[in-house]
This record gives sequence, C-alpha cells and structure tokens, in this order.
Amino acid sequence: MDSEQKAGKQKKEIIPKKHPMPSQDAVARIKNFSEVATGYTKETAIAEAKRCIQCKKPFCREGCPVDVDIPGFIKLVSEGDFAGAIRVIKEKNALPAICGRVCPQENQCEQVCTMGKKNEPVAIGRLERFCADWELAGEVTPPKVEQPTGFKVAVVGSGPGGLTCAADLAKLGYQVTIFEALHVPGGVLMYGIPEFRLPKKVVQTEIENLKKIGVEIKVNSVVGKFATIDELLDGGGFDAIYIGTGAGLPYFMNIPGENSCGVYSANEFLTRVNLMKAYLFPEWDTPVKIGKKVAVLGGGNVAMDSARTALRLGAEESWIVYRRSEKELPARHEEVEHAIEEGVKFAFLTSPVKIIADEKGIATSMECLRYELGEPDQSGRRSPVPIPGSEFIMDADTVVVAIGQGPNPLVPRTTKGLEVTKKGNIVADLQTGATSKQGVYAGGDVVTGAATVILAMGAGRIAAKSIHEYLANKK
Amino acid sequence: MSKILDKQVLSPVIKLMVVEAPEIARKCLPGQFIILRIGEEGERIPLTIADFDRKNGTITLVFQEVGKTTKHLGMLKTGDSIRDLAGPLGTPSHVENFGAVICVGGGVGVAPVYPITRALKEAGNHVIGIIGSRNKELLFWEDKMREASSELYITTDDGSYARKGFVSDVLKEIIEGRGKDRIAMVLAIGPQPMMRACCRLTEEYGVKTIISLNSLMVDGTGMCGCCRVTVGGKTRFVCVDGPEFDGHQVDFNELALRSAYFQNEERAAMERFSAHCNCGGAQ
Repeated sequence: MDSEQKAGKQKKEIIPKKHPMPSQDAVARIKNFSEVATGYTKETAIAEAKRCIQCKKPFCREGCPVDVDIPGFIKLVSEGDFAGAIRVIKEKNALPAICGRVCPQENQCEQVCTMGKKNEPVAIGRLERFCADWELAGEVTPPKVEQPTGFKVAVVGSGPGGLTCAADLAKLGYQVTIFEALHVPGGVLMYGIPEFRLPKKVVQTEIENLKKIGVEIKVNSVVGKFATIDELLDGGGFDAIYIGTGAGLPYFMNIPGENSCGVYSANEFLTRVNLMKAYLFPEWDTPVKIGKKVAVLGGGNVAMDSARTALRLGAEESWIVYRRSEKELPARHEEVEHAIEEGVKFAFLTSPVKIIADEKGIATSMECLRYELGEPDQSGRRSPVPIPGSEFIMDADTVVVAIGQGPNPLVPRTTKGLEVTKKGNIVADLQTGATSKQGVYAGGDVVTGAATVILAMGAGRIAAKSIHEYLANKK
Repeated sequence: MSKILDKQVLSPVIKLMVVEAPEIARKCLPGQFIILRIGEEGERIPLTIADFDRKNGTITLVFQEVGKTTKHLGMLKTGDSIRDLAGPLGTPSHVENFGAVICVGGGVGVAPVYPITRALKEAGNHVIGIIGSRNKELLFWEDKMREASSELYITTDDGSYARKGFVSDVLKEIIEGRGKDRIAMVLAIGPQPMMRACCRLTEEYGVKTIISLNSLMVDGTGMCGCCRVTVGGKTRFVCVDGPEFDGHQVDFNELALRSAYFQNEERAAMERFSAHCNCGGAQ
C-alpha cells in the first residue's frame, strides 16, 4: 500500500487512538442544556491532524456525501493554517460547524479512513468542527459570489438540505428565497437536535453567513398554504424550486391509550424544548411537563436526544424502550455512549401494546411485550418477534414516541402533477433531484424518508447543480 | 412583523384586532386559522380567522383573554406589531348549498362562526343563526350575524339580554319546530361543553353536526401531533385534518382531558405575567 509505505518512510510514531474530545462531566451536564462536547484546542487539533497519513487514494473523501477534500483540509490544520483549512472545507460544505457536530462520521469518512484499519480513524468530524468554530470565533470571510444570473429560485424549507441548496445557488449568482414554515430558520437543526448537541447559536451564525451572500429567508411562510408551488412558479416569479420539507410528520404506535396526556411525539417533545425553549419556562412561555419515569419508544438518534433531554428536564429515570437488541440500535454510536454515561437506561427487546392512564387521562404505565429476534427483514436487521404471554407492566408517566417520521404532506398534497409514493414521499431522481414536475426539484427526508443531516445536504447540493444546468439551458 | 391596524374592545375580555397580513388575506377561506407569537419568548397560539379583507390585505382576529398570551395580546394597541403570524392553516369549511342549515356560536365562538355563516348564506342556504353568551356584556357581533343569517336567535345564560337560556335550548326548539328532516346540517362552535351539548342533542335527532376544535397546538402544520384527537376511533390532527370535524364522532372526554393537561403551567404563567405587567391581574 502506497500510503502505508509513505507513513513508514516518515517513521512517524503512530498514535493509535483519537485525541479524546473534551466534554462536560456527565454528572454536571445532565443538569444543564449546554453543549456536551466542548471542542479541541489548537494544540490538540494540530496533534490530531498529524495522525492523518495523507493517503494518495483518500477513501475518506469518497465516504463524504458532500465530497469535502478531507486530506487537504487536515494537512492545513497540521500546519496550523486554520484559515486555509476552513476555506477548503467550505468549498464543498456550507455548514461545517453543524456537520462537525452531527454527522455520523463513523458510518462515513471515518469508517473508511486508512488509519482506522489497524487503529482508530483520524477524528475527521472533530477537526471539521474545530476549523468551523475557529472561523466563527473571528471574522468570517464570505465566499466568492458569481455575477447575478437574473434567475430566481425558491427553496421550500430551511433545514440542512434547503440551506445547502440555497448556499450553492447563491454562490453561482442566483437570487434565492427560502420559505420556512416556522418562525426561525434551520428546520430540524432548530426544532429537533437539542442544544446540548448542537447549540442554536451555531446554527443561527451559519444562517447569518448565508444571508451575507444574498440568500433571502422568509419565515412564517407555509408553502402549500399561503402559496402553492404552482403559484410560486407562475405568479411568484420563480424560475425553479427546491423542495426540502423534511420528515415532519410524526408516526405513532397506534396502540390504545396513546392519546393520553403525557404521551408526546418526539417531534412535539423536542420542539417544545429546543425551538420553544420550554426548559426556560416560565421565562419563555411554552411549557413541557416531565414525569418521574420517562419511557422513550425507539432506538434512533431522535430517541437518544429525547431520553437525554428528559434527564435534563429533571426526570428521575429515563428509559429507551426498543424492540430489538443493543446491536441493532440505529443511533450514532457516540449518542448511545453519551446516553449511557448520563444514566439513560435501556429496555431492549421490549415494546408497549397499551398505555394506561389515570382518571385525569395522564399516563401512568405501559403494558409491554417482550420480543426475540427472528429472521433478518428488508432492512437487513433481524426482525423482532413478540413472545406470547410475556406481557408485563412498566411504569411510565411520560412517554415519548420516537419511532420515526413521515414526509409532511402540506406540499405534496397541494402540488398538481407532483408524483408521490404510497407513503407520501416525493418521487425524485436521486442523481439529479428532478421531480415529475418541470423546474421542481426535491431531496432529503421528504424524498428518502427520515435520514441524516449530511444526506439531506448532499441532496441539496445535487439539486443545486441540476437547477444550475436547467436554468443555464433556459437562457 | 404584522401591524395591528385597528383594535376594538368587544367585551371586557373579548378583543378584536384587524391585522395587516396581505399574503394570508389573499388566500384564506372560512374555517381556517393562523398561528401567532407575540415576542421572542412567546408561545405559538392558534386563532381562527374571524374575517378577512382581500383588497386591503387584512385579517380580523377575535380572542378572549383566557391565558397569558391572549392577555398580553389584548394589551397591544393599534400601531403595535405581532412578531410572528403564519397561515392560513387548517382545512377550510366545506361550503355548498345544503338547503337549510343552523349556525350556532357560543361565547367567543361567534367569531369563527361568522365567516362560515356568511359563506353558507352566499352559497344559497337558508341560514338560521343562533348566538349566545353568559351575559349581555359578553355578547358581540349581533349585527354582523344578523346580516350573515337568514334569521337570528339570541340567548344569554342569565337572561340579561334576549332570551334566557342556552343556545342548545333554541337549537332543540328549531329542530323540533321545523322537523329534523328539514335541517341539512348544524355548525356549532364555542366552548367544549356547549359543542358537546349541541352534538348530544343533534345526535338524538340524527342531524349532521360540524364543530370546530380548539385543541392545544405547537407548530400548527402537522409536525408535532400535540393537537391530536380521536374522531370516529381514529387519531386525527386538528391543525391539518381539521379544525372542523363531524361532532358526533369526536371523543369529547379525551379532548377535555388533553386540553386541561397544562392547566397548572397556564395558571402559573398567567400569575407571573400579572405580577410583572402592572396590569393588576385579570381585567
């Protein structure tokens, strides 16, 4: 292997493990909403960057959904040129402070890192975050913007996909307007991912930087309601549209008692806390009620976020109730680790069949069934099979349903000629983002079903490229 | 920011505001609502659009001061602005010529009933309006409802104005007097106990009844499910599937329990606001 030979030639001492991420102590952090991971220092960043062996064939880059020149920026970090490093990252990634925090690097760039074959991979995510935070702490230089093209593009939804698409198009000289249904832009970055994992100030700073390159953001603008996609195209003066409305429809279990008080969808629970800042009630108006024992149904990142949020709100016990086993947990490894450190408990191979409430309609417990793992299902994971007669009662006075989200139907339902799947997802070509409607592109969770921030960003980037080609031909 | 262009005090606790909102006014239809937020730390609350003026680009909101946010809203003056206003949300009322319909508005529910009543009359229906309130002081829009209806009946609980009694008393008399087969539909909007009473009554006679629900909401766009309600055994979202539903199918017990879940917090917020705002508490 070339890269190994090169590393050998330099006779560099190999540091087998990633430099650990400085973090708030678990006992202290479950009493606050401040960010858990506090970030590398300059010295640690340089030392970690020097672990990179600068492979000739960088697999890490192929593992990145937005094709960041990973060895390129890491080399600059190792030389202490942080300004250069962030410039390289931003050529491909408009939201590095966010991706550095929430990307599942262990399944992407870091999974295929050559260092990771024998040792721990280079901490690519932590280095990306370091560069972004270094820039945000000082003066951010806006990227170069091309001459105005004269075309107008509307982006529906200001989540990670919409923001990426908008950033790319603005840089290419398009006049971009983002329509956001809520009162602040950011989508899931604002309402879904908790403050302790992704500070909202970081999100808003990244968005402010987009505004500096001319992106206009209209909040409180529910597309499908105040205007349809057709109206934006015909009367609204837009030449193309990107739909990135995400997975904004919460799924429920459809079990008896699920509408009891104290049963929240994860979307409701997290929106109250993150977007509406219920943890600051009564200084902020929106309340959230938390019981003594919280049961979170599901095993993904949203479930981990909910369980960890519940602890911070003062729950005595916070449980993840998951119908498969630990091995199948779909959450990011680091999130599961953090949850365990903080004292979240796990009931594996368990799922409720009924929620029991008191005379005020407030949940008190759940009737659950135990499961065993059977044959692998379509997702490739072994499917859970209920064990007959295994019913038992689990106390829970707050239940958070985090079993997934579907596409929000407002745009698909009101757009003529837009092909959707049975589940309501918009049908779009994954290579181009093109939908069945001319000039209308879509990507992210509304197309694929609930996935990750970075995949939505990748889809936004692809669509921006297609929109650029489409409008260039229209000239 | 949406500017308040006019404010009227309809009763000591019911206020009217005409708000600049051209994009909402352009598209909204009877039965739809908006979500508003007064300030940075504010909560999002839904309010039905009581009227709209497409030409002037305004919508009219009518609200009763029942909690911190509505109390705060009621203190805003003409020329002030509402920080966030999103809409029009929800599914519009189904309006067509049904024949003879009864439109019942109880308390502040007269406001959301009004634009639907007007639309039903414009669609060719014979519209029998019934409005009522606890007392004379709380009654508003008699004139507008008279104009929007073919005939109008009024009640007050204490008899301080018009007929003493409940709107459901008049509803019963009309259904019996005209014959249940001659009433195509009843629309009833108001406090939950009033809508429940109307539905119980019309169910006995088998007269279809539509009600508009005011459950708790956060986003109002189908994202959170806070407003969910059981209708005909199925979970529905008031914000996108409603706010109007077949009243005979609605699980009123569940609705009442879910509406009361944050009562203590609502009271605490109100007390804190009254102590801070120098408004001397309620009224």
